[in-house]
Amino acid sequence: MQHGKYRFIVGFLAPPLLIYAVFVISPFVQAFQISMTDWSGLVGAARFVGADNFVRLWESDDFWNALRHNVYMLALVPVVTLGMGLFFAFMLNVGGKRRKNEVVTGVAGSRFYKFVFFFPQVISITIIAVIWFNIYNPDPDDGMLNSLLGAVGLDGLQNAWLGEKSLALWCISAVMVWGHVGFYVVLFSAAMASIPRDIYEAALLDGAGRFHTFFRITLPLLWDTVQTGWVYMGIIALDAFALVQIMSVNMGGPDGATDVMPLRLYLTAFRDSQFGYAAAMGVAMLAVTMAFAVLTLRFARRERIEY
Amino acid sequence: MGSTSARNDGSTPESTTGGHAGPGRRDLIKRSAALGLVTVPTMAFLSACATGGGGGTSDNPSAATGEKTARNPLGVKEGAPLEAFIFKGGLGDQYAKDAEADYKATYKAEVKHTGTQQVGPKLTPRFAGGNPPDVIDNSGADHLDMNKLSTQGQLQDLAALLDAPSLDDPAKKVRDTIHPSTIEKGKHGDRFDVLYYAFTIYGTWYSQKLLDSKGWTYPKTLDEMVALCGEIKKAGLAPWTYAGKYPYYVHFNLFAQIAKIGGMEKWIAIDNLEPGAWTSNDAVRQVVEHYEELAAKKYFLAGSQGLTHIQSQTAWNKGKAVFLPNGSWVENESAPTTPEGFGMAVGALFDGGGDKMPHGTLRAEPSEPYIVAAKGRNPVGGMELLRIMLSKKHAQNFATKVKSLTCVMDATDGMTLSPGLASASKVFKEAGDNLISLQLQEWYPALTDEKIGGLTGQLLTGELKAADWIKKTQAEADKVAKDSSITKFKRTA
Repeated sequence: MQHGKYRFIVGFLAPPLLIYAVFVISPFVQAFQISMTDWSGLVGAARFVGADNFVRLWESDDFWNALRHNVYMLALVPVVTLGMGLFFAFMLNVGGKRRKNEVVTGVAGSRFYKFVFFFPQVISITIIAVIWFNIYNPDPDDGMLNSLLGAVGLDGLQNAWLGEKSLALWCISAVMVWGHVGFYVVLFSAAMASIPRDIYEAALLDGAGRFHTFFRITLPLLWDTVQTGWVYMGIIALDAFALVQIMSVNMGGPDGATDVMPLRLYLTAFRDSQFGYAAAMGVAMLAVTMAFAVLTLRFARRERIEY
Repeated sequence: MGSTSARNDGSTPESTTGGHAGPGRRDLIKRSAALGLVTVPTMAFLSACATGGGGGTSDNPSAATGEKTARNPLGVKEGAPLEAFIFKGGLGDQYAKDAEADYKATYKAEVKHTGTQQVGPKLTPRFAGGNPPDVIDNSGADHLDMNKLSTQGQLQDLAALLDAPSLDDPAKKVRDTIHPSTIEKGKHGDRFDVLYYAFTIYGTWYSQKLLDSKGWTYPKTLDEMVALCGEIKKAGLAPWTYAGKYPYYVHFNLFAQIAKIGGMEKWIAIDNLEPGAWTSNDAVRQVVEHYEELAAKKYFLAGSQGLTHIQSQTAWNKGKAVFLPNGSWVENESAPTTPEGFGMAVGALFDGGGDKMPHGTLRAEPSEPYIVAAKGRNPVGGMELLRIMLSKKHAQNFATKVKSLTCVMDATDGMTLSPGLASASKVFKEAGDNLISLQLQEWYPALTDEKIGGLTGQLLTGELKAADWIKKTQAEADKVAKDSSITKFKRTA
């Protein structure tokens, strides 16, 4: 029965496409349009200024500074997050002692750990930021981290954390890792569960240890999942807005040490009322993010292993 | 309309459901074209929402007006709804609700109230869309850019409010009941369009009880203060703390101290972004070097550079540090952690060497900027709400509820004031006409809060020397002066 098939398909496709066009595509197009104007965001009138905003952006030390911090995070945060996610997932699924009737098992209490790891994923990023801001509170009595260091006799390591220029960006990056590891533990666990047990069995019979099992079997079979996680985590590292906006001192400080692109955009739009210039920043961010995603998918391509 | 042409090309679904195996490739393409035609006007409509709304004219034909009478001098239309958007920060928003209740009762009108900390992000789209609320308390870290609003004709001229009779005494104009600096500060050019409702006393805040118990007295000069800091440190306390997360709190003292020693004339050069205004002013060097000394001698509570204003106030309340640069809202804001009998007090600016302004000089400024949207539905009602707030009754209510002064002169005479407020009004009376008001932060927040704030943060941790602070601050000010995308303002007094 072919009768009316296309009408059926088009009928179902049109409304979501229309919604997508209106709420996703059109704002993107508008951002390009606005980035060519000097729109203040406060009144309707705007003047066409051509590529002026982009020239200004190119010459802006502040934006390059912010971009540099995003790139630092991009280089570090996904590696650490995915690395830890893989390690924990491996330990929870394959890393345990051998038991009767089971080829591979996780470490004792792995169900509980899975729950604990996933927990930060359930909390809103705003709450995470506020919690960690208070953990980093420099006061040796009120700040959890500093009072902990004091309690174990490591007073020398007590620090102003977010107020310390050389540490602030890494303190915030650590929270980003903390907030996302759990998701990857669960994701990788699910992927590992689909690896046939007999592959592990064969490896174990051949005398492979944990190390070899991981690098020769688990990781290659998980490559697709890791790659997806990489792109996703990279995009998070290129954002970092909420954490920096809430946690950093002096909005991206101290002295610009934690500034990131989206924060710059936010300040330009809402503090300085320069929506045209901010839109140009948005366009630049889109270009950076797209370039990252395309390059990752291009260079991380491996031959797919069928099993 | 593009969408109607889709029907003329004969490719409506009804015409292509014949006996064939379904529509061909060409029909499908036509259909997607039709879809495109529907989408294009929708997008055009959306763009119109974002950038096409509102005009440049200041007349507002849709505004509600009523008949002017002696009891209703501005001509409020009875029953016309009013919308108020109030910043809910250190002062809360109850005082505004109280005034709204009176408005409601007098004019039998609905008053919609929103209390928020994010005035800017919430109201930017409403101004752009041409439907702003009527009254806005435009305060806090995320406030709207009033220079832009003013230059683009979005702010109601409040001259009518100034010339209206006051609520308490019909023989007196509102203009004559408020502190003159309120009118000076609320002007953009010649136009008075911002009413700073509160009156904030800035300065060095301390606990009188703590000072008394240790036998210390509030120092008069910078040198005396440094000497006392040494004593304090010996006693095992930190002399100072500050809100490192918001370094502009330090500027409350730092900038004012420069103006006191160097004189207002030289500070006005700084406000006006004149070339060399920072580097050629000897008071800048004197004050900034003094901060460098405080940092070098470690007179700041360890870790202050990472504290929020609340955290620094709490540390100060707990007696960990003696002095705190702050504004008079601190008494209300820190009330939850202030111990009984703390004896909150504020001191005037310290004397340096060769000061242009006498001892007792104070930075006291109108604050909490209230604006009325020119293109709102009820601008007259907005002004009337402000007139109600400027009555003695509501000024006293404000002083009681939030422990702060208002711009209404002598409104608190005869009242029993809380310790901090009593101290603030005492130093205010003592200062007489020797008041300092600064515009730099109001006009160029990106410069003061982000750029100079970043430098000050480093100065206070000892990473930056005074000479470099001055050089870099001058460079940042010059950058703003050259930046054509930033609206510039000038002041003469």
